[in-house]
Amino acid sequence: MSLIRTLLVRREAGIAVMIVLFCLAVGAFRPQFLTLDQLRIILLLVPLIMIAAMGQMMVIVARHVDLSIGSTLGFSAMVSGMLYRFDVDWFGFDVPWWTGIPVSIVVGAGLGLVNGLLIQLFRLPAIIVTLGTLSLYRGLTFIISNAKQIDRQWIPSELKGLSQTSPVFGTPWIIFIAFGVALATYLFLMHTRMGRQIYAIGSNPVAAPLRGIKVTQVTLVVFTISGALAGLAGILYASRWGFVNPSNTGSGFEFQVIAAVVIGGVSINGGVGSVLGTVLGVLLLGCVAAALPLLGIPGTSQAAIYGAVILVALVIDRTVRRQGIAGFKRVQP
Amino acid sequence: MLKKSLLLGLAAGIALAGAALAADPVKIVYIGKNTGNPYFDSITGGFQDACKAKGCEFEFVAPATAEATSQIPFIEAQIQRGVNVIGIAPNSPDALNQVLDDARAKGILVLTVNGDLTGNESHRDATILPVNFDIVGRDQVEMVGSLIGYEGEIAILSATTEAPDQNKWIVGMNDTLKNDPKYAKMKLVATVYGDDQPEKSTTEMEALLSNYPDLKGVIAPTTVGIAAAAQVVQSRGIADKVHVTGLGLPSEMRDFIKDGTVKAFQLWSPYNEGWLAVHFALGVLDGSIKNEVGSTFEVPNLGKITINANNSINTQAELTTFNADNIDQFNF
Amino acid sequence: MSASDLQSAPSAQEAAPPRPAWQVLLIRPETMTLALLVLAVFAGAWLSPFFLDISYILRSFTLYAEFAIVALVLTMVIIAGEIDLSPAANMALSACVFAWLQQAGLPVPAAVAVGLAAGLAMGAFNGLMVIGLQLPSIIVTIGTLTLYRGLAQIIAGDKSIRVPEWFIGVDKIMVLGVPLPVVIFIVLALALGFLLSRTIVGRQIYQIGTNEVAARHAGIRSARIKFGLFLAVGLVSATAGMMTASRLGSVRYDLGLGGELQMVLMAMLGGTYIFGGRGTILGTFLAAWLLVLVSTGMIVANVLPAVQLVVLGILLVVSIIATNFIYSRTQR
Repeated sequence: MSLIRTLLVRREAGIAVMIVLFCLAVGAFRPQFLTLDQLRIILLLVPLIMIAAMGQMMVIVARHVDLSIGSTLGFSAMVSGMLYRFDVDWFGFDVPWWTGIPVSIVVGAGLGLVNGLLIQLFRLPAIIVTLGTLSLYRGLTFIISNAKQIDRQWIPSELKGLSQTSPVFGTPWIIFIAFGVALATYLFLMHTRMGRQIYAIGSNPVAAPLRGIKVTQVTLVVFTISGALAGLAGILYASRWGFVNPSNTGSGFEFQVIAAVVIGGVSINGGVGSVLGTVLGVLLLGCVAAALPLLGIPGTSQAAIYGAVILVALVIDRTVRRQGIAGFKRVQP
Repeated sequence: MLKKSLLLGLAAGIALAGAALAADPVKIVYIGKNTGNPYFDSITGGFQDACKAKGCEFEFVAPATAEATSQIPFIEAQIQRGVNVIGIAPNSPDALNQVLDDARAKGILVLTVNGDLTGNESHRDATILPVNFDIVGRDQVEMVGSLIGYEGEIAILSATTEAPDQNKWIVGMNDTLKNDPKYAKMKLVATVYGDDQPEKSTTEMEALLSNYPDLKGVIAPTTVGIAAAAQVVQSRGIADKVHVTGLGLPSEMRDFIKDGTVKAFQLWSPYNEGWLAVHFALGVLDGSIKNEVGSTFEVPNLGKITINANNSINTQAELTTFNADNIDQFNF
Repeated sequence: MSASDLQSAPSAQEAAPPRPAWQVLLIRPETMTLALLVLAVFAGAWLSPFFLDISYILRSFTLYAEFAIVALVLTMVIIAGEIDLSPAANMALSACVFAWLQQAGLPVPAAVAVGLAAGLAMGAFNGLMVIGLQLPSIIVTIGTLTLYRGLAQIIAGDKSIRVPEWFIGVDKIMVLGVPLPVVIFIVLALALGFLLSRTIVGRQIYQIGTNEVAARHAGIRSARIKFGLFLAVGLVSATAGMMTASRLGSVRYDLGLGGELQMVLMAMLGGTYIFGGRGTILGTFLAAWLLVLVSTGMIVANVLPAVQLVVLGILLVVSIIATNFIYSRTQR
């Protein structure tokens, strides 16, 4: 009983156990699931989600939510894609292959900042604002691209190489980038003043300003980071899939990311959540996604599984909070 | 006398010109599955060029998403605009029945272009398909057979489980494999569905490679699927072991052909579908073409076209095969 | 409308003389909606000569009527301080349940009853999670939105299920020249408008949304009322799902996809305050017409769907800002 209790309260341990159990269960039916090769497949599935999940986690810890990241991803990927496509027409020369990386990050950050400004200046609920910008940014993606896809041939091969070539151990660059972002997020949240302030705002938005926290400033930073990471995920989308499409790229992405974050034990009520938990949540989602086709489960059940997982995570979250302050404190990193 | 006839001629000329001015040009609209779908750029190009040549008005519209009902407001709007011809790539084989009936009741010629209302053919006037879909399965099996030496395990990576065209082709593939002794040594081990999403198609392809280590060939009869499958093969560097083929867009597959990941794949000319649709529609409207099974008509560049069973019209007899030799001749 | 006025009246009297009636009327959010509505009519007429046609607009309204009907009930949920993002998914699941059962041989009336019961059950599940487990409704219903549509996908796969011929065509039934779905919408708006502004329960809904703790202390059974509202949304969504099935003649899992945005948009555009406690049925009623006019106007003018997405997004954000602004000015 006490073990179960510990697992429920230490969310990270609980998710780790769930991942192991899940993998063993799948492995019992399909031994090939427990191979290094599968690990590579899973790790290649998750980088985009992991990067965006870091931003989303900060937003949710600050007691907001960002539904627009899928469209932000699409828009910033499209800007870079068009840069690669039309660079000769616009500037008369070929831009270096890495140009898209800073461009997408900056564009994404800009869109995130717009979300933050609307939310903070007009005192609006994030969920509605980002529901609006979800539609708005997607529409803008269509408009700037004239509803045309950027095909594979325009994406520089060095950029595509990030998803294929590897510095060490046959592990492609994007996996290192994803874990690097997670590490940076950890350092930011745990070891900087502002990182701690995000938790303070989320735990008690009313008390935070009384403690001298500049809520507006911190909130703007949080949304800007979330947008910037969605932008980074955008250019990596171009790298991973080799094209940018105005309608597909990033559509529905927000649900996967929010599911991963919520599974990872980030409380939707703000103030609670850890990088480790989020990383594990992303990995669990990746394991599920890789296992379904191996088991021959049709993709049609995937949405229902995501939805059920979000609800179960919510109920667990609620149970944890009911455990009382003692349990609550231990969850806080 | 001469003068008089000249005058007469002049008058006739003016009358003719006046008549031509008075008669509104035929308005043709093509409703795509969704915007941002590169496939439709090429079809639209065919519509545009044909309309330029024949003097009709053309517009392309499409909803933002390819969901079953998203085309309905667009069809309603075209009825309201009073267009003469609606070409449509239907997002659903039956959800559009009522509104297409409304359009036809208003005298609008309804053509499905590049996709049909399978099972509900009575709700459109004719369908324009690139090839006879009965042969696609056979040709694709031949294609993968030639790549793997007619021996070994093969798999199919399709779009969605209910995609009507793909399913028809898959039936064709199965029949060919079963009945033609030429392919007796080829074994179809799995048919999986990537839902036309790159992520999903990739995981399905990876699962195929894990579940069937001896896999020699993959047929992906969908543009998203073939690109995703090719990418998996490319990043694993196993192009000489696993041969990917299927139906793809040259613009999306060019790189894979050039680096040898994919030796050959097939498709047809989407451009010709648009080109044919305009010529056929104008012919039916002015009475020069009878929209009856068995009747024939001439289309510039395409030659003699026959209306097949179910008022189905094909732009070409055989699939076009793309490989390293010819891929640069195609710009779609 | 009246509840919030009544609440503010006494405090306003202490501080300053009451505002003149015209001013009160002018700064109501519904006035903004009405003004936009008039603007939309002119803009639509300017964009396309085919726009100003009452029968066309009524016909177009039937395409959005299902969402509009749900939006009316959703308005009450939002006034009570909660939100429900799952009705569109609910529509799809209950329609799929209905279609699947009648295809499996159940008589249509029984299948309809089960479908409606399914909708009610979905509403109850939302209510249980939100009220029983005290979870935030916005996240719960994002979860159930994904879950319900996922279940619909499991039931129906991605094929579409036909409904019987006689069941088709609710939108073709005319009552005094007005399509039946529009009539249902108007009647429901009148009924709910009466309920909200003229009955005790209506007042209580406002009080729950304004300050739930205070409302509970005042003896209002907030849990029961809120649960009832979630049930109502469930039932109405299921009804809307049946209406959509009847209009389309077939059901697929993606029925009403993305409808939650439209519903929330109707409530927001009508001046319903996202934090609860304020809003009117009249506002949502006007906003539904506004949305239909805007969408129809842009579609009939062949405006790119992308522009439509942008306009809808901007409308949503602007309407919340304006509503917030108006309330912060008038209710202090």
